[in-house]
Amino acid sequence: MTTTVYVPRDTTTLSLDGNQVASDISALANQQDKSIKLVRNGSRGMFWLEPLVEVETDKGRVAYGPVQPEDVESLFAADFTNASFDAHSTQQHALFLGLTEEIPYLKKQQRLSFAKAGVIDPTDLDDYIAHDGFKGLAKALQLEPQGIVDEVSASGLRGRGGAAFPTGIKWQTVLNCPPQQKYIVCNADEGDSGTFADRLLMEADPLALIEGMTIAGLAVGATQGYIYLRSEYPQAHIILNEAIARAYDRNFLGDAICGSSKTFHMEVRLGAGAYICGEETSLLESLEGKRGLVRAKPPLPAIEGLFGQPTIVNNVLSFGAVPHILADGGEVYASYGMGRSKGTLPFQIAGNVNRGGLVELAFGTTLSALLEEFAQGTANGRDMHSIQVGGPLGAYLTKDQWDTPLEYESFAAIGAVLGHGGIVVFDDTVDLAEQAQFSMEFCVEESCGKCTPCRIGSVRGTEVIGKIRSGENVDANLALLDDLCETMIDMSLCAMGGMTPFPVQSAMKAYQAQLGSQTQLSDQNPSVEGR
Amino acid sequence: MDATSEHSNIKIQQIIDQLSDKPGALLPILHEVQHAFGYIPANAIEPIAKSLKQTAAEVHGVISFYRHFHTTKAGAHRVEVCRAEACQARGSRALEAHIKESLDIDYHQTTADRNITLDPVYCLGNCSCGPNIRVGDDIIGRVSNDKFDKVVNALSTSALEIK
Ligand SMILES: Cc1cc2nc3c(=O)[nH]c(=O)nc-3n(C[C@H](O)[C@H](O)[C@H](O)COP(=O)(O)O)c2cc1C
Ligand code: SF4
Ligand code: FES
Repeated sequence: MTTTVYVPRDTTTLSLDGNQVASDISALANQQDKSIKLVRNGSRGMFWLEPLVEVETDKGRVAYGPVQPEDVESLFAADFTNASFDAHSTQQHALFLGLTEEIPYLKKQQRLSFAKAGVIDPTDLDDYIAHDGFKGLAKALQLEPQGIVDEVSASGLRGRGGAAFPTGIKWQTVLNCPPQQKYIVCNADEGDSGTFADRLLMEADPLALIEGMTIAGLAVGATQGYIYLRSEYPQAHIILNEAIARAYDRNFLGDAICGSSKTFHMEVRLGAGAYICGEETSLLESLEGKRGLVRAKPPLPAIEGLFGQPTIVNNVLSFGAVPHILADGGEVYASYGMGRSKGTLPFQIAGNVNRGGLVELAFGTTLSALLEEFAQGTANGRDMHSIQVGGPLGAYLTKDQWDTPLEYESFAAIGAVLGHGGIVVFDDTVDLAEQAQFSMEFCVEESCGKCTPCRIGSVRGTEVIGKIRSGENVDANLALLDDLCETMIDMSLCAMGGMTPFPVQSAMKAYQAQLGSQTQLSDQNPSVEGR
Repeated sequence: MDATSEHSNIKIQQIIDQLSDKPGALLPILHEVQHAFGYIPANAIEPIAKSLKQTAAEVHGVISFYRHFHTTKAGAHRVEVCRAEACQARGSRALEAHIKESLDIDYHQTTADRNITLDPVYCLGNCSCGPNIRVGDDIIGRVSNDKFDKVVNALSTSALEIK
């Protein structure tokens, strides 16, 4: 009998010798005459367990991890290719984790967008269909465009790229533009440090993104889609291209999709290492082959976007939520979450943690709960001290703020952002003034250069924090930094310059608390529109 | 491929001809050229500009905007080190210092034996398993000083084998 064995092929697994593990398993199976079918799935997002090797048994999939090449022999010695669950549970190999779905880290999640991640072979259409894939598309093909947009509006979905703008309103705006060439653009630039949910979806379930974008095309009458993918994701690039080619082969993309009268084409375009190209207008400039300079708004991209045409720009996760919303109905999606933050968010637990990974949960949980139930301490055993939430433009939060509900409005109320859901944990050795200085440096490095407060302000900010750190005229320089931050907040064209003060001011405040200094930075909440 | 040969001009023109009809063709062309040569050679600029009806200065302007594009020949291997926050929280600053010291170069420089070019990168999307580096198209996680030294040793050996 042939046993199915799974070894992921996502970036994290490969970064930890996953390919070696996979080829060693094949080789030994061959040598020992064990008949196995090796599937290269995506990651389930429990990164501390990668490479996570799974085996299909009569009671479901069992897991072993983290498996290193040197463990493979002992796995075979424990007869891990046996398809009987009891054989595994009696052997109890040191890396044996039991039934995958019963692992608490996974079991405690509410997986809607990531339900298939790690379960299926990412580019196998039959596997995708067998796990409810393309149900949303089938539904969309039966609806009028307005009906599709209504379903998305009913879901309460807000953009997952950071700005949390209602997706239904954006789609409605594009639908309302008279028929002409329209575009669907997926923002897969995922530049925020501490985030990897887009990557995980693209590597583990790329067809969900393809399905979501196709539904968007049907909704607004767009026939061409582009995925703008950052060049730092070579593995996602390979997997996306494979999935797109297979979708074309089976007529889920192209002309007359699924035998309908509808056309939708799609192509991946690579970015080139510029953080600012995640900002949607800069991204469009880049797609047009230009320098990624931010455009002034209005006009909105929905009305004058790519090549001047009406364009939907959405994050990977926004599109990724759409197949489920269409298949099960917007109301079901909206039943998750709290307040105006509907649905689920994949929280990404990163930095100095024991158990890092992706945790999809309804909005409304807290950092404390996430850290306790999932992260389980730091990797080096030190105390957690501060957490940067929402990427490099997000505030540093100290312990007193960790009980804030993880949802957009509660975070805005404390001058913080949820952004794309990245959670970066620092231990008590963190030098917060150094972090603040890095935030300014990052802005120097990544500013598109179009407006002065951002371009010059960040250079000045880096210098001033340098002086504070070396003890030079501390009080005067703190006041100067405060002024600089306010100018950046008020005068910057986009959130790059307008939000850099979030991490800077919060980190400096925590730094001063660490020093026990009396000088207070202004408490003012940055008032720039979220990204 | 040697970027200055007659052959390279043919290759560059092939890439341009293949891609120039795409809307917004400049980035795809630059990526392909860099993929073929490891950098964007000077003799590629004129033909690219001509085919897209732009000036050479405009093409230069685009190249210089993006960190990923390089106009000088790199060493045999490009090593990128993640400098972003999640890796900092896992000790990347110490790793950076070790790397610069052991290779005896700073960012944007190439080792004397022309084996390694060192570049910074801001997040590789592997933020629970840092510190991370990228070597060519491979991302390597949980890089300690020791692990880095092993990676570099393996690169030196493979570079010798090719010769
Ligand atoms: C500096 C900056 C960087 C951004 N980076 C990203 C990014 O990497 N991915 C993303 O989806 N949105 C990013 N955004 C937000 C986009 O501008 C835009 O709001 C988003 O793509 C819209 O899609 P959504 O409504 O689905 O979130 C960024 C914004 C700014 C100001
Ligand atoms: S704030 Fe910075 S990144 Fe944004 S437009 Fe101005 S210069 Fe460009
Ligand atoms: S911060 Fe280094 S990989 Fe994300």
